[in-house]
Amino acid sequence: MRLLTHNMLSSNIKGVTKGFPLKIEVEKVVEKQVEINHDFLRNIFPKIDWKAFSDAARTMGYVELPEQAPDPSVLESDLDFLTKFHHALLELHLEEGALVCPETGRKFPVNKGIPNMLLHEDEV
Amino acid sequence: MSYKIAQIRLVSSHPEVYEPCDDSFALVDALLSDRNNLLELKPMLCMEVGCGSGYVITSLMLMLGEEANGAQFIATDINHHAIKVTQETMEAHGVYAELINTDIASGLENRLAGSVDLLVVNPPYVPTPEDEVGREGIASAWAGGENGRSVIDKILPVAEKLLSKRGWLYMVTLTANNPSQICRQMMKKGYASKIVVQRSTVEESLHIIKFWKDNDIEADTNDVITNSKAVPLGIVDSVRSQIQRLSFWGSCDINTTTN
Ligand SMILES: C[S@@+](CC[C@H](N)C(=O)[O-])C[C@H]1O[C@@H](n2cnc3c(N)ncnc32)[C@H](O)[C@@H]1O
Repeated sequence: MRLLTHNMLSSNIKGVTKGFPLKIEVEKVVEKQVEINHDFLRNIFPKIDWKAFSDAARTMGYVELPEQAPDPSVLESDLDFLTKFHHALLELHLEEGALVCPETGRKFPVNKGIPNMLLHEDEV
Repeated sequence: MSYKIAQIRLVSSHPEVYEPCDDSFALVDALLSDRNNLLELKPMLCMEVGCGSGYVITSLMLMLGEEANGAQFIATDINHHAIKVTQETMEAHGVYAELINTDIASGLENRLAGSVDLLVVNPPYVPTPEDEVGREGIASAWAGGENGRSVIDKILPVAEKLLSKRGWLYMVTLTANNPSQICRQMMKKGYASKIVVQRSTVEESLHIIKFWKDNDIEADTNDVITNSKAVPLGIVDSVRSQIQRLSFWGSCDINTTTN
């Protein structure tokens, strides 16, 4: 699971109001290189919750992202920023660990890179 | 010109995972026939609900290829074996999608709302007793409950929520699912529709229907269809007449082939 996906996932348990962001418990992170695409990064940027994203990156051991959401103009000019944004968003994978509901503490396991968001009967 | 799609010999399998079948092939054919339009759409986020063996999502990634311009792909399945098989199928083809083991898109619905540009679904659509729906094992791959609509009717509202304004949905249906009624229902939500591929086998008559948001159709809360132009209604009418013209009733008895 990459941080792009983490940024799109919320706790889906009945009664939970926001459920976002899910806390990350890291057992194993892997990095897989993919080609950078500036258009994608520019288009996805407005949809990213920056605080959740930069916190998640730090939890995964990557500390190069600014804590505050940068001004969108950096997407046009700042190659160094684009490279870091790309790396954190699409190249870091939570391979083993868990996602933790911020309201209930319920853990959603991540095994072999796959988050399991299935609920038990009493949680639906 | 032919484009790359998944190779059957590289598609992984598991006894509890749906193998690529006529419906999977028809869905991939529908996407292939619309490939140029898909490239023009320039989807940013693409998603499959119920990826099974991974044949469809892998084919989609391969046919868009380099020209996908950085598009990202997400696939879900309720069956964890299917997720694993999809992962193997994608690896064998050198492509990557984010995989999530979940019910339809549970967990993604809030943050992904209005962001999915392309959604493809080959749902469990076979009419079965209601209690066979969502059971453990391979049955949940096809068991669709009454008129085969149980899971479809859960997926449609989620699809509406996830699709972006310019988003497209491709869905497999069977005649028994009453596709023209599905189209009318989607029209009330502002979606136009058309049949992209129609295929009859001995067992079933499949339609791959494409839905897209049409601004000329005003979604109406009173369930009254209002449209400013006659075109969208015409589209649904044409879907209906095509279905009546082309389809026939087959016995959708998949069980006999799997026992
Ligand atoms: C007809 S199979 C299609 C598989 C594959 N997409 C293909 O076309 O070959 C339906 C798939 O949907 C999955 N499925 C059934 N109910 C689901 C649900 N509620 N949420 C997510 N996936 C579901 C099944 O596990 C199965 O893999």
